[in-house]
Formats: sequence, structure tokens, C-alpha cells
Amino acid sequence: MDPLVSCLLAPFAAAIVCLLCWRWPAAHRAITVLGMGVFLAAAVRLFLAVDAEGVVAVNMGNWPAPFGITLVADLTAAIMVVVTAIIGIAVAVYSIADIDPRRVKFGYYIFLNLMLMGVTGAFLTGDIFNMFVWFEVMLISSFVLMTLGGERPQMEGAIKYVVLNLISSAFFLAACGILYGKTGTLNFADLAIRTKDMMQPELLTVTAMMFLVAFGLKAGIFPLFFWLPASYHTPPVAVSAIFAGLLTKVGVYALIRVFTLIFIGDTPFTHGLLLVLAGLTMVSGVLGAVSQFDFRRLLSFHIVSQIGYMILGLALFTQWALAGTVFYLFHHIIVKTNLYLISGITHRKTGTFDLKKMGGLYAAAPWLALLFFIPAMSLGGIPPLSGFFAKFAVVKASLMGDTMFPLGAPILAAIALAVGLLTLFSMTKIWNEAFWKAPSSRAEASPMSRSDRWLLYSPVVLLATLTVCIGLAPSFFFDIALRAADQLLNPDAYIQAVMRRN
Amino acid sequence: MELILAITIGVLFAVAAYLLLRRSIVKMILGIVVMSQAVNLLILTAAGLTSGAVPFVADGQTGLPSTAADPLPQALILTAIVISFGVLAFTLAMSLRADQTVGTDDLDAMKGTDE
Repeated sequence: MDPLVSCLLAPFAAAIVCLLCWRWPAAHRAITVLGMGVFLAAAVRLFLAVDAEGVVAVNMGNWPAPFGITLVADLTAAIMVVVTAIIGIAVAVYSIADIDPRRVKFGYYIFLNLMLMGVTGAFLTGDIFNMFVWFEVMLISSFVLMTLGGERPQMEGAIKYVVLNLISSAFFLAACGILYGKTGTLNFADLAIRTKDMMQPELLTVTAMMFLVAFGLKAGIFPLFFWLPASYHTPPVAVSAIFAGLLTKVGVYALIRVFTLIFIGDTPFTHGLLLVLAGLTMVSGVLGAVSQFDFRRLLSFHIVSQIGYMILGLALFTQWALAGTVFYLFHHIIVKTNLYLISGITHRKTGTFDLKKMGGLYAAAPWLALLFFIPAMSLGGIPPLSGFFAKFAVVKASLMGDTMFPLGAPILAAIALAVGLLTLFSMTKIWNEAFWKAPSSRAEASPMSRSDRWLLYSPVVLLATLTVCIGLAPSFFFDIALRAADQLLNPDAYIQAVMRRN
Repeated sequence: MELILAITIGVLFAVAAYLLLRRSIVKMILGIVVMSQAVNLLILTAAGLTSGAVPFVADGQTGLPSTAADPLPQALILTAIVISFGVLAFTLAMSLRADQTVGTDDLDAMKGTDE
């Protein structure tokens, strides 16, 4: 089976088999984990195919491009699909111990699989309206996951999450419509060709701004991110973890795709605006985080701040900068999901998410402290962990001097380093409050059976090991990121692979 | 004709923005609905208004006659209508549940997750 289609079918098949076994919810867990295993195999196969051929494309229904819908995978998309599969397995295993039977009975695993299918579809599609459809699949599954259980904080968070994401979808759709009206096509490769010589590039910039609002709402850039810290800490931990890891990064991927392929005619304006927004995002995210004492809310603000780094890489628009963004995406998804999963384990051990009420976990669970230390220091950018190399790449790209912004880029480099310092401060705050200080008398641990312990810890161990491996062998991963960035900057290979498929 | 539709779309977006900023959840959902309608109308207008024939391929032909209307924006709008109706059904159920758990329709009472 075609490597692209198999990546989409794996989670879809898992969802359908779960639906067929609706009356036996206990089977859902095994089906999902098995499905995620198949998904990971398909994703690796896709990555190897893209590694060998450059860009892989397939026309759905054999309708020739640009009239039909093409599924395309270049290196960036393939990397994202592999990371999605890794996170899918980690969260699926964690959910077995974390999600209560009532939620499983009402379809938790079905919507987990459907959401992963939506995410993969958004990464692999070569058509902008098809991307809207995959966004909606992902969105509605995430709505269900967020509200499943119906507790009060969930519903409060869900209202904000749902309304703002629906507004984002409306803007996305409007921008698609206007883009179609101006260019007459919806296929990414064809759009790249047709926007290269447009009569009135100013109108194209207007459309670019609408896409920036639409994807910016999803990605969580300043000033559109305020729904994120209001909603990401309300659902169960496994759901929080997969949202934090994946959903904002789909927005970042869409921004990368659109601002490296289509809207490259007016880069001093569009990418200059992205540069300013990146700086504001980094700063506002981390300043929001330093005042928080709720574990997950603090991490939610950090998502926003790290998104700023990725947008900085996109805005600088050089090979090193885009390589930094791709590497950052890969590193950050793993680290963020890991931190959320750890917050769930600390919740089990102390009964609360409030850092002021936690304490003494270093004495009670030293291995957990080590497992927290790895992703926390990686997020803060301490070598030899993955976060250091990601931050290094982005900061070096700002200082390299071949960007379009000789004045602005070094300022952003300074901001990035200062924000890194504040990120480290937040991580050490969590360490001090939750792990180092004396245990609070108000802590009530929930019981953790032996199988629970295996199921909760093994995804955390897996993700922490990945972080360490990326940190110890960064040149291997960074070479791939450099090749991905080269593909993004020179989209001729992408366009050829799609249009040649006639 | 485009001018009338453009003004209509603008008015609909304004109405949607006003409704989205209301305090009651039901009015906010109405705002989302009006916004989706405005966007559908926008797709139709932006793709070009013609008084062309229905885009069916005649017997024995392999392509559309050049006087036919463009079928693609119609397909986009249909897809968008179906997606938004599904999402609306979910949003209404969710707001009902929110009303049951929080006890009120008032958004100012739902600031618990914000502080």
C-alpha cells in the first residue's frame, strides 16, 4: 500500500475497529495500542521513502494534479508524521492507566484515533481546502476529547477552546475562498506556481494576513493565544498531553507551509511581521508562565513561548533558521508531551496540580525527579539535551547576518536568550516546589497499582530517552533538518513531484 | 451584484462580531453561525459571480461548456455548510452541558479556569 495512504489508514482503521467493538470497551485499549504500533511502522516507512526520493506524492482517485487532491510528503511532513506516531503510542499507553472506564466507554479511544488521523491528514495533504477539512476532523475530535467527562472546569475551558477554534476555522475558510478567487486553484504546488507572477501582489498579502490570523489562532501566537492557557489544563492529563504536543504544532506546520510556498512575494512585510510577532509571543508566553503556580497552566504558557521560537525561525527565512524550526518542532513535541505526562504522575502522587501544595517528591520518588529533570532542562536549553541544540540553531541563524533583517534579527536573538533564561527559571521553580522542598501535609496520593506504574512510567521513560538520544547525536537529526529546510526554501522539488504525477 | 453581496457579507461579519462578544453563550453560538454563513457567501462572491449554466457535463462531452458556472466554489461551500452544521450540533450539546454544570448561561461566571 502507498506509504502516504497507509499513514492515514492506520489510525482510521483503529478508530473503526474500536467503533465495531463499542460494546467491549476493554478491547479499545489493546486495539488503539496495536493501531499506534502499525501507525509508527507506516510513519517510519514513509520517512524512509521520503529520505530516498526527496518528495513523495500520490494522487487520490488518480485525478491528475492540480484538479484532484494530492497527498504530498516532503521531509518536514514526514518528520512530523513520525513524531505524531511516537506521541500517539506514548499517550495511548499512558491513557490505559489514566483514563477512567466511563470515558473509555463513551468513545475516548475512538476520538483519540480520529484526532491523530486528522493531524496526519493535515501534515500530508497537498491541497489547501483539504487541509481545512483535516483541520476540522482534528478539531471536532479534540472538542470531544476536551469535553468527555463533563466536569465543570472541562466545560469552562471547552467553551473558550471551541469558540476560538471555530473562529479560526471561519477565517481559514474565508482566506481559502479569497485565495481561490484570486488564483483559481487550491493545490499547494499550483498555488506556488501561480502566485509567483501575480498582477497585484498587495491583495495576496491581504490573504496572507488572513491565513496568519487563522493559523496563528491555532498555533498560539501573540495576541491570539489566550484561549490556550485557559483550556489546556482542564481535561484529563493524557488529553492535555496530546493537545499540548500536537495541536499547536499543526498550526505552526500550516504557517510554515503557507509562508514558504505561497506567500513569498512580499517577504520584508510578511516575514517582518512574523519576526515581531515571534518576539512578542516568546516574551508574553514566558512572562505569563513565571507568575503561575498550577503545574499544567505553567506548562501551557510555556507552549506559547516556545511557539515563538519556531515562528522566529520561520520569519528569518534562511536555511539554518528553517532547520532550527524543524528541529525545534521535533524536539518540542517530545519534551512538552513528556512534561504533561509527568505532571499527571505527580498528580497521582500528591493529589494536586498546585505547586504550592506539592513537595518532597525527590525524596519520595527520585527516579521521577530524574525523569522530570531531563525534559525540564531540555526545555530550558541546557546541553547536552535536545533543547540546547534547537535554541542554538535558531539563535545562531538570527546572528548569522544573511537574513533579511540585519537590525531586527540580533534583537530577536537577545530576546530569545533572555526568554530562555526565564524558561529555565520556571523549570527550576517547578523543581523547587514539587520535588525539592519538604512534603506538604495536605498531600493525598491516589493508589498506583503495579500495572499502573508500568503504564504511566514507560511512555515517560521512552520520551525522556528520545530527548537524551537527540541531544547526544544532534548532527544526525540536524542534517535531516537542514535538508528539510533546503526543501522548504527551494520548493521546485515539491512542485515537480506533485505536478509531474499526471 | 458583487457590490450588494460584498456589503451583505460585511454586515453579516459585523453582526457575527457583535454577537460573539455577548455575555450569553447562546448568543455567542449564534454569532458563530452567522459568521459561517458570512464566510460561505464570501467564498461564492470571491470565486466570481456568473449567470452561467448549471455545471453538468452534457452527454457525449468530456468537458464543461465555457458558459457554465464554476462548480468548485459550490463544492467548497457545500462542504463548509456540512462541516459547520455538524460542529454546530456539537456546540449546542456542549453549551447545554455547560449550562447544567455551571448553572448559568453567563460567560462571566465561567472564569474559573482563567485565574
